[in-house]
Amino acid sequence: MNDEHISSEPTASQELVWRLSSIGITGLLVILTAAVGLILLPLLQRDVTYSSLWDAICSAAGVRQLSADEPAIAPAFKTSQAVLTSDMFRNPGAQSIGRGATLGQRCAICHGPSGVSRADSPNLAGQYAAVIYKELLDFRSGARVNSVMSPFAEGLSDQDIADLAAYYAYLPRLPGFHPPTQTSIPRIVINGAPMRGIASCGSCHGGLDNKLGSPWLEQQPEPYIQSQLQAFASRERHNDIGQQMRNIARQMTPEEMADAARYYASQPFSSSTQ
Amino acid sequence: MLNNRQLILGHFWLAFALFTVALVLGAWQMWVRSPLLPWVSDPELYYRAVTAHGTVMAYVLPTLVAMGFGYAISQAALQQSLIGVRWAWLGLILVAVGSVMAVIPVALGRASVLYTFYPPLVGSAFYYIGVVLAVVGSWIWVALLSVNLYAWKREHPGAPVPFAMFAIVAGAYLWAWTSVGAALELLFQIIPAAVGLTSTIDAGLSRVYFSWTLHAIVYFWLIPTYIAFYTIFPRAIGGKLYSDTMGRIAFILFLVVAMPIGIHHTFADPQIGAGFKFIHSAFTALVSLPTLLTVFTICASAEIAGRLHGGRGPFGWIAALPWGNPIMLATALSFVMLGFGGAGGLINMSYQLNTSIHNTQWITGHFHLIFGGAIVIMYFAIAYDLWPHLTGRALPREGLMRLQLWLWTVGMIITTFPWHYVGILGMPRRMAYYDYSNPLLAAQAPWVDISTVGALIILISGLLFIFILVEGHRGSAIDVSKYQFSTAVHPPVALPGALNGLGLWVALMIGLTVTNYGFPIVELLARTGVAVPAVYVGSQP
Repeated sequence: MNDEHISSEPTASQELVWRLSSIGITGLLVILTAAVGLILLPLLQRDVTYSSLWDAICSAAGVRQLSADEPAIAPAFKTSQAVLTSDMFRNPGAQSIGRGATLGQRCAICHGPSGVSRADSPNLAGQYAAVIYKELLDFRSGARVNSVMSPFAEGLSDQDIADLAAYYAYLPRLPGFHPPTQTSIPRIVINGAPMRGIASCGSCHGGLDNKLGSPWLEQQPEPYIQSQLQAFASRERHNDIGQQMRNIARQMTPEEMADAARYYASQPFSSSTQ
Repeated sequence: MLNNRQLILGHFWLAFALFTVALVLGAWQMWVRSPLLPWVSDPELYYRAVTAHGTVMAYVLPTLVAMGFGYAISQAALQQSLIGVRWAWLGLILVAVGSVMAVIPVALGRASVLYTFYPPLVGSAFYYIGVVLAVVGSWIWVALLSVNLYAWKREHPGAPVPFAMFAIVAGAYLWAWTSVGAALELLFQIIPAAVGLTSTIDAGLSRVYFSWTLHAIVYFWLIPTYIAFYTIFPRAIGGKLYSDTMGRIAFILFLVVAMPIGIHHTFADPQIGAGFKFIHSAFTALVSLPTLLTVFTICASAEIAGRLHGGRGPFGWIAALPWGNPIMLATALSFVMLGFGGAGGLINMSYQLNTSIHNTQWITGHFHLIFGGAIVIMYFAIAYDLWPHLTGRALPREGLMRLQLWLWTVGMIITTFPWHYVGILGMPRRMAYYDYSNPLLAAQAPWVDISTVGALIILISGLLFIFILVEGHRGSAIDVSKYQFSTAVHPPVALPGALNGLGLWVALMIGLTVTNYGFPIVELLARTGVAVPAVYVGSQP
């Protein structure tokens, strides 16, 4: 490089040359890349037509464009509108639990007087408040439909639902239930099936991790778990917000559904879901 | 003139101690997710290990090496005692406290978010605050280097700033500015959610903030390595630096164009316009320039040394190089890994080619080869070169050093080449479990086995490195001469201000950040209704 041979003091004009040329080159690069990226490339796209040059630039710049002409396609069924945050159910008052206990009397015929079912309905005692809350909201809105539950949920107020959630979460879980011990954990529960996009059951339902809105499943009635998996697979049940259970269940074989249901129905509570 | 040896040694030892822990975790990760072992059945343990490995290797190790090396350069190159020694200790303590504070929640399973944070995942606030503390500690270092250079310039008006100092300060300024992106993400998006002030996160905006940090941090990692190429390698092999000016231009280019290119990490993100992805892709192509300049200059410097050693003819100088010298070996091996890694990088930066390898094990292979291989092997070289000056004792086991450097390179290649290959086959990265019993994956299993063997070799090499350094503290005391950097064939006599100061280049770096990041960030900030609920790691519903 020639600059190494500079032996005299650099002059002010040399400094100016450095400054102007470096800023100039950088500026040119910015203009050139912007012109190619924001104007030329969008116009070269054959499969997209823009209404104007400005439209093309906005699209390439990432401005969110709402296609005003076409209304959003509405689903043929009601979708869940439940919003859950992890601090919603912290420290419910005794009054809320008490009100929930009174309201819960009408649930007892199926879910048992202490939240433990004898009719293959889900056991609610000790279920996460977020789960009870979300399912009741969905039954009320029609996002989840059941001939027995839907009429029950119809008349509930927001406060009623919060109170019921607080009450059932407060109840102790299944005392004195002695399921047959099971030796091996089905692969679908512990590993899932990554190649079919199935995460392990335990990564949301406890055992590995608990996700907000996902119930614990231990000792839930086997026919109930199996029927829900089938309902998700046939999309008859569709109140999983991110379609996660529909996607998983659709990929599961009938044997895997049976294995998972049998496993959870006979499983004592694991430490991570206490 | 290395007065504050304890300070420099403190940085290196903290770096290498944590490095050893992270290295063991890395090898464990390779082992448990390989087909060699039945699956441990708990991905959580795997992600804890990945988070700790990444946090230490990406944030703590390179930052501490740059800091320690920077303080050594400031004293040895400027020939003046370090100004602000107490502040430097404070910086080190902050990095140490921050690292411990970050690693504890990770070990407890409260922050398995990987070192890239992955919003809307949110872990324990202590993890993020620990990272912030470590970064603040490194900002003290940036300020101290700046102050020391300023003081030297006042004492020596118009004199050329020694190259090593020029380069490390360029790296420090690059770090100061690039860490702002992750700081914005942590302070405005993640930490408020982690401490419960907010419950939602704009994941798209967070990812753009992180990309601001994510690519230039890579160049911050390689600054010490490139400084070693220019200022240690030619001297260590008995030659001279081919061009001081070329070196300055390379570091200036790193400073200016390493920053406005990070969106090439988010090519698959829908919240960023294709036009800006192209702009960042184009600027990423530019950042190969300083590396190509460096390869040319360093090879030319090697040729000078080879001919000084009596090498003749077009290739005879190569045979005449002192191949037994660990610095010679480390640099050559680093170049080999840099060559392969750089070629892979050109694929990653291409908007189109990236599509075939995005989020696959190819990427993991790429950054381990470039960073773990080409860059970290020169961290070893820096330590080997500095150690006698820091301990006052000889480091005589050159054969062991050569073995260590060879093992590291061979291990890295055996680990990362199969990773690249299975990446092309479509193997995704960041997965704790692969079902190798599935016929579609069975063909990948032997390659994963091979890369596990590589990880084991790397681990052995890393432990050997620690052994050599520990032994260096017990060697025979020697009278070390003054620590010196390479001299150029034509040492600069008087330099234009643009090659002797960084103001213009810092201004251009900030300017390019504004042009390339300004609009995407403002546009994302203005969007409403795109925040999603934070997902708390390890929380109970």
